[in-house]
Amino acid sequence: MSRKLPKEEYDKTLSGKFEKWLSGSKDPYVGHVEMQKQSIDPEYEKLKKQNLKEKKEIRERIYDLENNSKIRKFRKIYRGFSILFCLFLVAMLLFAVADLPPFGNADNPVNNEVSARYIEKGLQETGAVNIVTGMILDYRAFDTLGESHVLFIATCTVLILLRVDKNSKKRKEESDAEIDDRHFEPKNDLILQSAARFLVPLIIIFGVYIILCGHLGPGGGFSGGAVIGAGLILYLNAFGFEKTERFFTAKTYKWMSFGALFCYAAAKSYSFYTGANHIESIIPLGVPGAIISSGLILILNICVGVVVSGTMYAFYVMFRKGGF
Amino acid sequence: MTVFTAILMLFLVVCAIAASLAKSLLNTVLIFMSYSSIMAIIWVILESPDLAITEAAVGAGITTVLFVLTLKKIHAIMDTNKEGEGEENE
Repeated sequence: MSRKLPKEEYDKTLSGKFEKWLSGSKDPYVGHVEMQKQSIDPEYEKLKKQNLKEKKEIRERIYDLENNSKIRKFRKIYRGFSILFCLFLVAMLLFAVADLPPFGNADNPVNNEVSARYIEKGLQETGAVNIVTGMILDYRAFDTLGESHVLFIATCTVLILLRVDKNSKKRKEESDAEIDDRHFEPKNDLILQSAARFLVPLIIIFGVYIILCGHLGPGGGFSGGAVIGAGLILYLNAFGFEKTERFFTAKTYKWMSFGALFCYAAAKSYSFYTGANHIESIIPLGVPGAIISSGLILILNICVGVVVSGTMYAFYVMFRKGGF
Repeated sequence: MTVFTAILMLFLVVCAIAASLAKSLLNTVLIFMSYSSIMAIIWVILESPDLAITEAAVGAGITTVLFVLTLKKIHAIMDTNKEGEGEENE
């Protein structure tokens, strides 16, 4: 039974909205995207124009090729030398590559007793099906510990360089400029939000899968952590700082990194205590191929993943806002 | 070496040269991103999927985001847009 709806009710239904959209009487952006009119400060514009003009004049005077014989000479010599240097570099690299033994040859110097041992005994000693993970998190776990610390130190350095003091005067001016910078950006982009709502869970679940299956297949802490970090950055871009700061603040990052690095360092210290062979643990190796197997490698993978994902996200936040 | 690998390698070289020759910094970053994506495929062909995942996530994803963010911070994207030098800047 179909009956004609009154006009107001029809407008609220899906087909009514569609018809409105088709006829163009309703703008889909109004109410969904925050828009602000651009206000132009005439004095600022004037100053800017003058600045640009002066810059252009100075540039023209310096690069006046017909009257400036020095720069003409310099440019010719510079170009010649750069071409020569490039050719030299290319020739050197090609020469070095030509000297390399063929890829996958049995007599290659890479194919020595070290890699033979990794391949033959790796599964028994580490319990990891993926030999690469067995190598980097068991035989060479100390290297990976150093890498995790490098990431942490990099975050500290970025924090020192980019952090803005909330109390200083300069900060206030800068924050005003910052607000101006973000003034015209749409804050609630409907397309980005819909895409993020669909993609972010998938990306983060894939990252968790890469971390947890690091000892079974390709992947591991670093790549999985990077994938999770990318997912968090997408989430932050779509929904803004208010939503992410509910679960991820500077404090969270501090404790996450501290916990993961401490866990790793404690395991490594224990291995030094027992003779610095490779990481020994009381945890049994388990059945190779099962998800809970290979002893400490799974835990270390999670530690590295936590550090890397936190670091990637912290990088982005600090580049964008200068501190959490 | 199959034809597919040869095409990818050629594309890699073209990307590397184009990244250094591109006039706008944003274009350089985008070309660098495509370089990383192609490199990830080549890692898969060379049978090292571990590296491929890392290259795709770090090289094509996070590095690009940080580069673009830095360009925005130093107003490299806006300026080229206003002077009319860059053509496909946002």
